[in-house]
Amino acid sequence: MRGFLICCGLVVVLTAGAVPAQAPDPLLHKPTPEFVRTDLEDHPIDLADYRGKVVLLTFWATWCAPCRIEMPHFIRWQNQYGPQGLQIIGVSMDDDAAPVAAFTRKHRVNYPILIGDAPLAELYGGVLGLPVTFLIDRNGNIAARYKGETGLGAMERKIQSLLRAPGQ
Amino acid sequence: MKHSVRIVLFSTLSVTLASAAQGQFSAAPAPLSATTVPAAQLIQANDLPPLLAQNDSAKVPFVIQVGSRVFFEQAHIRGSVYAGPTSQPAGLALLEKAVSGLAKERFIILYCGCCPWNRCPNVGPAFKHLHDLGYTNVKVLYMANNFGDDWVAKGYPTEK
Repeated sequence: MRGFLICCGLVVVLTAGAVPAQAPDPLLHKPTPEFVRTDLEDHPIDLADYRGKVVLLTFWATWCAPCRIEMPHFIRWQNQYGPQGLQIIGVSMDDDAAPVAAFTRKHRVNYPILIGDAPLAELYGGVLGLPVTFLIDRNGNIAARYKGETGLGAMERKIQSLLRAPGQ
Repeated sequence: MKHSVRIVLFSTLSVTLASAAQGQFSAAPAPLSATTVPAAQLIQANDLPPLLAQNDSAKVPFVIQVGSRVFFEQAHIRGSVYAGPTSQPAGLALLEKAVSGLAKERFIILYCGCCPWNRCPNVGPAFKHLHDLGYTNVKVLYMANNFGDDWVAKGYPTEK
């Protein structure tokens, strides 16, 4: 009984930061807001170019602890699911590019990273808490949004489901 | 060595190695957790708007956002200033500059709201830095989830 209670307590502690989207999300199942930016390596990133792929668009920062927990999974998913059509794009909410570049080099991040700004965040309904991750289907519609510390297993299953669905 | 002991040792080693691998990513640049801020120094969101609305400007707290500038540009507490992110040395220097003209007993409120409270890397170092600088009347705005959910969505006074 004591062990059971400890396990329950642990589950509560580990999930305390998770914030499921409760209010109806005006962006869900709508065409994703499009943008063009330049990544850290000076390559142009036009979201429209990824139509036909499943895109995981994640807003993060180098100092954001939950984001740092997610990143190794995103790197693995880019390797594992990239050939099936997954493209991960990171939008850093750091104030400067230099620490972001150092961080992504150190951790061998294998997907493009952009430096975010307020207009881009506002396109996606405002990003006033990290991390925030959007899954965009092959047709360019937002299929899911995850706020805060999210169950990565559920996110991965959603990616697998989106990858199985054909684009139009 | 008994088989069961070997299994326990192997399991312990595996967990340790996995933790170390995870730690390469999750170890933040030495932030103090928000949970290090004493409970007596916290202020709840619903207690702040009346303080901001006081007629006597000397009593209105000096509010500082110590997180992300991009967040601040999207929305911030009405009348607040930006000085962050204080998990990094440059952010602490900005904070020091922001308070440099204030009396040590000035009422200061710090907030961030970047992440769930127990994950916020910014308010802990900011609070400690002001304490070390001798500021005696500093409180930290408690945000359980983030600034969007705990302040903006609740309709508290916000500006861009």
